[in-house]
Amino acid sequence: MQGPLFDSFAGRGLSRRGFLKYCATLASLLALPPSAGRAMAEALAAARRPSVIWLPFQECTGCTESITRSHTPTIEGMIFDMVSLDYQETLMAAAGHQAEQALAKAVEDNKGKFLLIVDGSVATGLEGAYSCIAGKTNLALLKELAPHAAAIVAMGSCASYGGIPKANPNPTGAVAVSDIVKDKPIVNIPGCPPIPVVMTAVLAHFLTFGRLPELDRLGRPKAFYGETIHDRCYRRPFYDQGKFAKTFDDEGARNGWCLFELGCKGPVTYNACAHVKWNDHTSWPVESGHGCLGCSEPDFWDAGSFYKALSMPANPLKTVVPAAAVGVAAGVAVTWYNRSHKAAARKAHETAGVADLEK
Amino acid sequence: MKPEPVWVEPATPSVNVAALMVEITERLRHLLATGEDSAIDLGSLPLTPGDRDELAERLGAGEVSIRLVAEGESAFVETVFPGVWRVTHRNPAGKISLETIEIAYVPALVGAHREDVAAGLEQLEQDFSIRM
Repeated sequence: MQGPLFDSFAGRGLSRRGFLKYCATLASLLALPPSAGRAMAEALAAARRPSVIWLPFQECTGCTESITRSHTPTIEGMIFDMVSLDYQETLMAAAGHQAEQALAKAVEDNKGKFLLIVDGSVATGLEGAYSCIAGKTNLALLKELAPHAAAIVAMGSCASYGGIPKANPNPTGAVAVSDIVKDKPIVNIPGCPPIPVVMTAVLAHFLTFGRLPELDRLGRPKAFYGETIHDRCYRRPFYDQGKFAKTFDDEGARNGWCLFELGCKGPVTYNACAHVKWNDHTSWPVESGHGCLGCSEPDFWDAGSFYKALSMPANPLKTVVPAAAVGVAAGVAVTWYNRSHKAAARKAHETAGVADLEK
Repeated sequence: MKPEPVWVEPATPSVNVAALMVEITERLRHLLATGEDSAIDLGSLPLTPGDRDELAERLGAGEVSIRLVAEGESAFVETVFPGVWRVTHRNPAGKISLETIEIAYVPALVGAHREDVAAGLEQLEQDFSIRM
């Protein structure tokens, strides 16, 4: 096991066992058999650092915050030494014109070879004017850089699907990166924010195998998004046995039973929280006693209440369609329900004035 | 008024351990037949805290226990079944980063690497020549 990357690690005092141990952890994360750790170590040791350009679009910097939490153990910080992070507004020391020059230089020096990471959605309203960097719209910047990238990583739910900026009524015309760029390999790493090690493991995969990992129909790496939260949940046996917590502090909740009836979106959410966990493998939402919000699924913000069970219709007004398909009688009943519901809503509606706001 | 703390009981064991024991048996049979190592990644399995306790109880602790310090501590503990090891890797912050059950005569990570042995030998020889 030799090569430029391993030598640079060894120079920092990392032993071969330490490196192998790290690769075994990576292999486990990537759902590769534990035996793949050694093969991965061989390839990774010999890898060369690719240039990475990270563009922040319509985002809250939560994704960057999350990724930097992958640094706390020194070795995971080292994975950022595996790449040459040439442009990242939040982390780079340069600002203003110097930063923009660094970006231009990185693109020029690594044409066709750099990895482009985007976090945040792309505003398309008013020709993209809602979000600009150095006088350029995000939309223009993406169109300018994407043709020169080797591949694009859409970091977080906003870059992957539009996320919260795209939530109804989507005032900025926010769209996903994949809605704009059609001719480049794109890997989506959704989550609000995504799990830090998922990002580092995808980078490691790119370095080890020279290509992006296998993706599902929504462009997500199968190793992390291949199964639902529910499939991997340690509370799953209680779902199978029909044991549910009914409130957040009842007997069931105290016994660690399934949170389905409290609105857990685990059964329809594809992510790795259940086995990779958060905060240095400390815990994850369900282990902390709260159902999954489904933050890594498209349009999760508009999918109804976080506290309504999946078996309940998210929006009764929309139930007319499936009901009609099931049977006319049911359809009539639901239509009647919807009408009375609408009428009640209209009756209860009051126009709010300035005086109300000051109450 | 300060709210009363809510005590959360560890989740009760399910039926996962029985299935895991079957897999361990099968892998041990494979080790004897072919000499090939294998491992089960526990982190990727949906085990309740109760399951983990049950698994620890059924596997027990055998004669060998190895402590490795490289980028955090790692523990290799042979179970009462020779060739079946409980392996826990921790990161420098002390948090568990990988937990496996390894089926091997000796876990691969324990043995010294050829290149490290060569480097060590070179160092020894140098020290020796300086002292002479």
